[in-house]
Amino acid sequence: MSIFINADSKIIVQGMTGSEGTKHTRRMLASGSKVVGGVTPGKGGQSVEIDGHSLPVFNTVGEAMAATGANVSVVFVPPKFAKAAVVDAIDAAMPLIVVITEGIPVHDSASFYAYSLTKGRSRIIGPNCPGLISPGKSNVGIIPANITGVGPIGLVSKSGTLTYQMMFELRDIGFSTAVGIGGDPVVGTTHIDCLRAFQDDPETEAIVMIGEIGGDAEERAAAFIAEYVTKPVVGYVAGFTAPEGKTMGHAGAIVSGSSGTAQAKKDALEAAGVKVGQTPSETARLLRAILGR
Amino acid sequence: MDLYEYQARDLFEKHGVPVLPAAIATTADEAEAAAAKIGGKVVVKAQVKVGGRGKAGGVKLAVDPADAREKASGILGMDIKGHEVRTVMIAAAAPIESEYYLAILLDRSNRTFLVMASVAGGMEIEEVAHTAPEKLAKIPVDANVGIDLARATEIIAAANFPTEVADQVSAVLVKLWETFVSEDATLVEVNPLVKTSDGKIIALDGKVTLDENAAFRHPEHESLVDQAAENALEAAAKAKNLNYVKLEGQVGIIGNGAGLVMSTLDVVAYAGEKFGGVRPANFLDIGGGASAQVMADGLSIILGDKDVKSVFVNVFGGITSCDAVANGIVQALELLGAQATKPIVVRLDGNNVVEGRAILTAAAHPLIEQLDTMDGAANRAAELAAK
Repeated sequence: MSIFINADSKIIVQGMTGSEGTKHTRRMLASGSKVVGGVTPGKGGQSVEIDGHSLPVFNTVGEAMAATGANVSVVFVPPKFAKAAVVDAIDAAMPLIVVITEGIPVHDSASFYAYSLTKGRSRIIGPNCPGLISPGKSNVGIIPANITGVGPIGLVSKSGTLTYQMMFELRDIGFSTAVGIGGDPVVGTTHIDCLRAFQDDPETEAIVMIGEIGGDAEERAAAFIAEYVTKPVVGYVAGFTAPEGKTMGHAGAIVSGSSGTAQAKKDALEAAGVKVGQTPSETARLLRAILGR
Repeated sequence: MDLYEYQARDLFEKHGVPVLPAAIATTADEAEAAAAKIGGKVVVKAQVKVGGRGKAGGVKLAVDPADAREKASGILGMDIKGHEVRTVMIAAAAPIESEYYLAILLDRSNRTFLVMASVAGGMEIEEVAHTAPEKLAKIPVDANVGIDLARATEIIAAANFPTEVADQVSAVLVKLWETFVSEDATLVEVNPLVKTSDGKIIALDGKVTLDENAAFRHPEHESLVDQAAENALEAAAKAKNLNYVKLEGQVGIIGNGAGLVMSTLDVVAYAGEKFGGVRPANFLDIGGGASAQVMADGLSIILGDKDVKSVFVNVFGGITSCDAVANGIVQALELLGAQATKPIVVRLDGNNVVEGRAILTAAAHPLIEQLDTMDGAANRAAELAAK
């Protein structure tokens, strides 16, 4: 098993005809993902040849789903047009919408997130995220597929490169699914959503949770772990050295006053029984000790 | 981006939120002229992006233009919690009868927008929330529904505003929502919103935070950036489209990906404890595709920081391959030539790591030292900075 995606996931790429969309469609195909088409308004009816695959392009997500049976959309559309693309996918009742685009105004993401709740038919992951991968089954987004293979670890993280680093540290053990939920202030899927799914996934034996400064998602996740999660969880929090009031790369990574500090997040996780590493490597060692590997 | 009070006031005025006549001044002469133009009593207010300026003596009443000149010359140049006052706002003085609080903000926890309203204005709202939570109404607002007059009236009633001001305050709330949406703000806050002795409702002080991701639809927001307050290195980095934040330490940091760079800062600070408290000197994320030019731009910013004693380049090749990064480092050092004088510790891992490390080994640059692990490299960079 895996969470949110599996070997049968059929993926369409919104913005496939753009340079980022094309580049990552190629990478997803190379890692064995079933990419079945793309959506670019105004380019419907064309097709794109990528490494021997002929992928049809549609004007809307609804048309793409009807023609291909797609059940996952991955969005590479630039910030200016991203809201319209996500709304199109929500209107088509796309079950899973993975928004890779970085730099979407928060009024736009708050709007499409609220709209997805109103419709109640779509899960959004991101925006500003690397996507998710279930090694050997499906890879939706930009996570490199060659870092690690299938195994019993579930991983949820706000950050892309920290996800890669952690997958690399634990590459000999392997992962059920790794989900990058994104570093924006409003994201469609939270740590808690992933923790619940990993707890309920029979193939996941242990969970790595990576957080960073800003907001209170980690504190909420800690409370959820105490209440619901019985599988072992190890944690890592980035941003202990971040000064107040300065955005550290991600739009959401900012300490305001006493709220959102790394120390508060670490304390909350430890109070919930989560072992928290001081560095990514130490976090990996904590997980190894738990799994006895 | 946080705005100054006077910038928030101007945005309020643009969107029909009632404000008092005001002008800014950077010299005592300008302050006197502004006070003369406004007429009557004025308030001279330090423009700093930090709370507690009133207690620090940064807000003074002036009875006439000459007094405004004197008060302004006392406030200009003051240091308020590390912020130098370079501008004052001269605003008409108002006879205040009551003080309220009104704000619209992004509520990250609940992933929605939120109105906060209170009849206990004038003080820190965190304090009201703490000591008298029943006096602070918090009402979520759906981004796709917004606030019209009917909704505003409901919210203001729920917040227990006195009936004689409810209509006026509701109208202000609608204008604030218009400001919030049309300016792509993540916070618009009025504190205090006052009732004057002649029964008018006026936004006396305000805070606005704008979403930098929305800059593409607000070219006019560029003029709100306070260039003078920016650190010179940060300004230089911004000109080269680098994501850089200056910090206080001695180890220059370059990495790829915001999370990994944040983590690198922490790991360096942690390692630095053993070397007399060595700390990271900056945050610098060169992003996914680390070209030679981007690496050169990044290195030149960091090597231009006189506080930097050593540099730590920490890259995990995910999409990028390590050989491209290694070539970038070598070419960057060629471009920089004699400018590069500080030891550079490099840790590469991930995609094509063997090729990447081989390129750096073959280059045999005297400043470059390679280590295999992030923790080991952080330790070495901290050690070199402590020498």
